[in-house]
Amino acid sequence: MTTAVQIKQLTMVQALTDAMRTMLVQDEAVLVLGEDVGTNGGVFRATDGLFEQFGEERIIDTPLAESGIVGTSIGLAVNGFRPIVEIQFLGFIYPAFNQLMTHATRMRQRSMGRYTVPMVIRAPYGAGVKAPEIHSDSVEGLFTQIPGLKVVIPSNAYDAKGLLIASIEDPDPVLFLEPMRSYRSSRMEVPEEKYTIELGKAAYVKKGEDVSIFTWGAMVPDTMKAVEDFEKNHDATCDVIDLRTLYPLDKEMIQKSVEKTGRVVIIHEAPATGGVNAEIISLINDAAFFFLKAPIQKVTGFDTPVPVYSLEKEYLPSKEKMINAINTALSY
Amino acid sequence: MLEKFPLTQYVSEDGKLLDDTAKEMMNPDTLKHFYEKMLRARMMDKKCTNLQRQGRIGTYVQYEGQEAAQVGSALAIEEGDWMFPTYRDHAATMTFGHSLRSLLLYWVGRIEGGIPPEGKNIFPPAVPIASQLLHATGVAWAEKKKNSDRVSLVYFGDGATSEGDFHEGLNFASVFKAPVVFFNQNNGYAISVPMEKQMNSKTIAQKGLSYDIPGIRIDGNDIVAVYMETKKAVERARNGGGPTLIEAVTWRYGAHTTADDPSKYRDQSESELRRGTTDPLLRLEKYMKNEQFWSEEWFQAIEQQISNEINTALAEMQDFPEADIDNVFDNVFEKPTWTLEEQREHHNSIKRGQKS
Repeated sequence: MTTAVQIKQLTMVQALTDAMRTMLVQDEAVLVLGEDVGTNGGVFRATDGLFEQFGEERIIDTPLAESGIVGTSIGLAVNGFRPIVEIQFLGFIYPAFNQLMTHATRMRQRSMGRYTVPMVIRAPYGAGVKAPEIHSDSVEGLFTQIPGLKVVIPSNAYDAKGLLIASIEDPDPVLFLEPMRSYRSSRMEVPEEKYTIELGKAAYVKKGEDVSIFTWGAMVPDTMKAVEDFEKNHDATCDVIDLRTLYPLDKEMIQKSVEKTGRVVIIHEAPATGGVNAEIISLINDAAFFFLKAPIQKVTGFDTPVPVYSLEKEYLPSKEKMINAINTALSY
Repeated sequence: MLEKFPLTQYVSEDGKLLDDTAKEMMNPDTLKHFYEKMLRARMMDKKCTNLQRQGRIGTYVQYEGQEAAQVGSALAIEEGDWMFPTYRDHAATMTFGHSLRSLLLYWVGRIEGGIPPEGKNIFPPAVPIASQLLHATGVAWAEKKKNSDRVSLVYFGDGATSEGDFHEGLNFASVFKAPVVFFNQNNGYAISVPMEKQMNSKTIAQKGLSYDIPGIRIDGNDIVAVYMETKKAVERARNGGGPTLIEAVTWRYGAHTTADDPSKYRDQSESELRRGTTDPLLRLEKYMKNEQFWSEEWFQAIEQQISNEINTALAEMQDFPEADIDNVFDNVFEKPTWTLEEQREHHNSIKRGQKS
């Protein structure tokens, strides 16, 4: 007998709750920890209803201390649990950087596999929701430099569930960044059943022939709006690829797309310098240099702190900048 | 605060028993065992310091003077319990189960040196300061969730109590009633900064008050006091009583590491004075002699036996297979990413001379 797959229309944040619920039901070792994740259901309601369903032994309101949350979760993970840690905003993760950098990600190597840290750290990030200062930081590049850490960013509800479940099942630490602006901006069909999306694999948002665009997170829908406008007015089409995992990058998909188009635009809202864009350029240099027909273009935030919200729209890559970059790539 | 947290001693500096509650455990066999473990630790420390001076191992972190604090506390936990050492706590780890070969391997820069024998729960030494208090709390919290009676014993120095993670560790352990024993070795200096410049608190034990964690202050050079009080804290944790903060007041005779020069920040004559007064081995020796538990033949026999053990470990370290770069790539993730595989292949191909 086959059971029909139940499909629901969910927002991204609901899909994330659904992913955590799925794993909490399946595996007694899964715990959710963080500030206000319990009775309050999280400041973005990502853990809404979990406390009522699973109780305080599994959905744990912790003291307000990021290093404490991550550090104790390392101990829980080493000793048989699978903690899902919520850092309330990525901009508040800095006190926990030491625990991530010096312990969580090195434990497997320092013990040659005796101790492992199967832990997920979830954090909302990114600008565009009129949050107070520090709350909107998009510093994913800081974390792709940490050896031993995978960095995952979904851009839609379906991917959010599949990627989060894969992250929880991953035997190593995963930083799972959630674009705040995408939490409730759209709904999408999400199966009720458990499914996973392999980490390290990018996805086509649309296929095209002339320019490869690589992006992620809340920039994916923004990029699509720019591409739709561009394609209406030009006789050229874009390959738009949502990278979904920033470490490790999907080398194969990036390479194939560049070999097809020979022109590249990278779009992200993080600061320009030393970021993931540089790594993508380096990867293309190694894997597809002779296919390039034009210098690689990038559209990014500034090398400034994310401004307070009166100026955040100017900080974020605009449609005009994106179309300008696509045109520049095509002009060679 | 000094009156509220008096220094607990069981054996006086001249080797007299001050607290009869320890009388029962102070039989010749137990005390000989304690002494032997301390002597083994001291001889190993001296050997490692010499090996560093000869350039046969890298920079080394000594603990001479702190043997009672480390050995006494390590003897108070059992197989199945967890130990979280810093880089100075080899006396504790070798007492709890690390082989001497592993310790030598650690200081000769081998990953293998951080791995305890099968069945022994010892974390790799924590190099950042105070961060391991949170791991100990998390591991203990996990044991509590599993309804086991296993406990964590975590080591840290006086300087570590200035770090945020010290306070976060105590706070989490207090809130979640985790079975952890926080074992502070107050050796007077955080590299060059003395206790009175490190904190305005008169004791470290009093810091437990903020978290409603019992704090006790013990003579860290009195192995009987260390053992008895750690044992009480361990049993309390084991029986659901939650965490304890122990301040063991001790002294490091030598430098912070073999790369440090203590004469720049303190008068080393105090160390020389202490060798004849507060020394942990000397104190137990005096007690054993007073009680006629001591014999020169026994001492010479264990000294010879330890010397042989150290020489065997040194030979094992020297004969250990060469370091393998694959261990680096293999243990970053459970399954190496393509980036790691490419880097490994490139590195090895250059090494093999297949590329110019």
